[in-house]
Amino acid sequence: MPAANTSAASLTGVSKRYGEQLALDQVTFGIEPGKVTALLGPNGAGKSTAVGLLLGLTRAHCGQVQVLGVRAGELAARRRTGVMLQSAALPDTLRAGELLQLVRGYYPKPRPQDEVAALAGVRELLAVPYGKLSGGQQRRVQFALAICGNPDLLFLDEPTTGLDIEAREALWAVVRTLAAQGCAILLTTHYLEEAEALAERVAVLVRGRIVSCGTVDEIRAHGVRRRIRCVSELPVEQIRAWCGVTGATRDEHWLDIESVTAEPIVRRLLEADPKLSELEVRRSGLAEAFVRITREAA
Amino acid sequence: MDTVITASAVLPAASRTAMTATLRIFLREARSEFLRLLRAPGFCVPTIAFPLMFYLLFGVLLAGHGQSARRALAAFLVIGTMAPGLFALGITLAVDRERGLLQLKRALPMPAGTYLAAKMAMSMAFAAIVATLLMLTGAFAGGVVLSVSQWSLLLALAVVAVLPFCAIGLLVGGWVKASAAPAVLNLIYLPMSLLSGLWVPLAYLPHGIGQIAPLWPAWHLAQLATAVVDAAPSAGLATHLLTLAAVTAVCFALARRRLARPR
Repeated sequence: MPAANTSAASLTGVSKRYGEQLALDQVTFGIEPGKVTALLGPNGAGKSTAVGLLLGLTRAHCGQVQVLGVRAGELAARRRTGVMLQSAALPDTLRAGELLQLVRGYYPKPRPQDEVAALAGVRELLAVPYGKLSGGQQRRVQFALAICGNPDLLFLDEPTTGLDIEAREALWAVVRTLAAQGCAILLTTHYLEEAEALAERVAVLVRGRIVSCGTVDEIRAHGVRRRIRCVSELPVEQIRAWCGVTGATRDEHWLDIESVTAEPIVRRLLEADPKLSELEVRRSGLAEAFVRITREAA
Repeated sequence: MDTVITASAVLPAASRTAMTATLRIFLREARSEFLRLLRAPGFCVPTIAFPLMFYLLFGVLLAGHGQSARRALAAFLVIGTMAPGLFALGITLAVDRERGLLQLKRALPMPAGTYLAAKMAMSMAFAAIVATLLMLTGAFAGGVVLSVSQWSLLLALAVVAVLPFCAIGLLVGGWVKASAAPAVLNLIYLPMSLLSGLWVPLAYLPHGIGQIAPLWPAWHLAQLATAVVDAAPSAGLATHLLTLAAVTAVCFALARRRLARPR
């Protein structure tokens, strides 16, 4: 994912060091308008550092950090950026509606308060002090603050942590709508199903380096495998020795097999064990691809 | 009229609009900071009720009349002015830093300086409330008789003189943890007010304490407040004002450096 000129925000050859530790190493990647880009990586991979650089909260040691045509952190960029940080405790005694009004006031062309409240599902929470809201409700208020400025660029750091399924689906729907309206969105998440559901582009960060990037399908196809699951008493060691099998494990009666192609293995399994049952074959998803990519990079 | 026309001609419309927008953001921010603390009993009781209660006890019931009543009011006015500056800024800043709100505010499009300026305006508002309550108590219960200009000057002094304590609060809030901030600030507030002769006049304290009193900003403020209530211009007026201004400037500069955006 080269940081092209069309990017809403980009890191170009960026390195960042904390003392002896290299948090980001020659990272280049961009966030494009009208798309959700997911930044994935294990804990400590440098995701927060990358987001901090793009928000102008910290400075790179080398490389360029551009946001909406200016240097990251400049007021002109911040006026067109919405942000939902992973941990930002808002004042407990202020009501959700007061917080929303305050943050809307920072932006030159904010979204109308009613519209924001409806989009983020916080209409009934506006009169409640922030400290009296549940964790999930607080997260929704934070999302409302992130989108209230009608931003061209939106940072969502673990946005659905603590949300119930219904609220999560509702937030996803709003994110899709905003992207469709042309907003560039950077999503960092631990939930790979969230990245799979929302993102068009994915960048995988491991130990401060981008080890893989592309569309969700491209990432998913990385060393794509078939997963075969069945109930069988065949010994695992025997299956592991079969050609085309890349891994096999047993969980009581269940056998889990990973292979390059499914058909020869299935044929052989059925021949070897006529009593085999509960046969299932599926293509590996983003989660498996992510695990493979991070393991290979480590 | 001429000057107005010249000013609007020199200042392009765009920058005037930007200034208005910045002012509006600042006012909203200051209002939020004010409401945030007004609704927190843990802040309001010690900052507003305690000085009033102690003034009633030591200043009204025990201080007598005439000059001693006036000077008791001056002393408690200083005590009442110190708290909103030290605690309102010190504690909220330490909390904002630790709980990520400062990070979020930096990522949001707040014009430079608005965050701190709003907090200072909020402290000035609290100082005005505390000073007004103390002066009303002094006038109606404490037997303090002052002219209108003296009352006005006293109020103005309290509102402006909260700034050096704001700057000290900023310095503390910029360095210590949120859980430690109240203790550290009390360690500044209580000894400084005692050593400045606010609780017990310096004449009744050991000689050495009186000797080192000019080290404390609260002592300088007390000299100014006493000059106002006595209607006698203090001999070292300029020294007191300069000391308070210097404390403000130095602590504020250090705090700003500490809180500056990374380069």
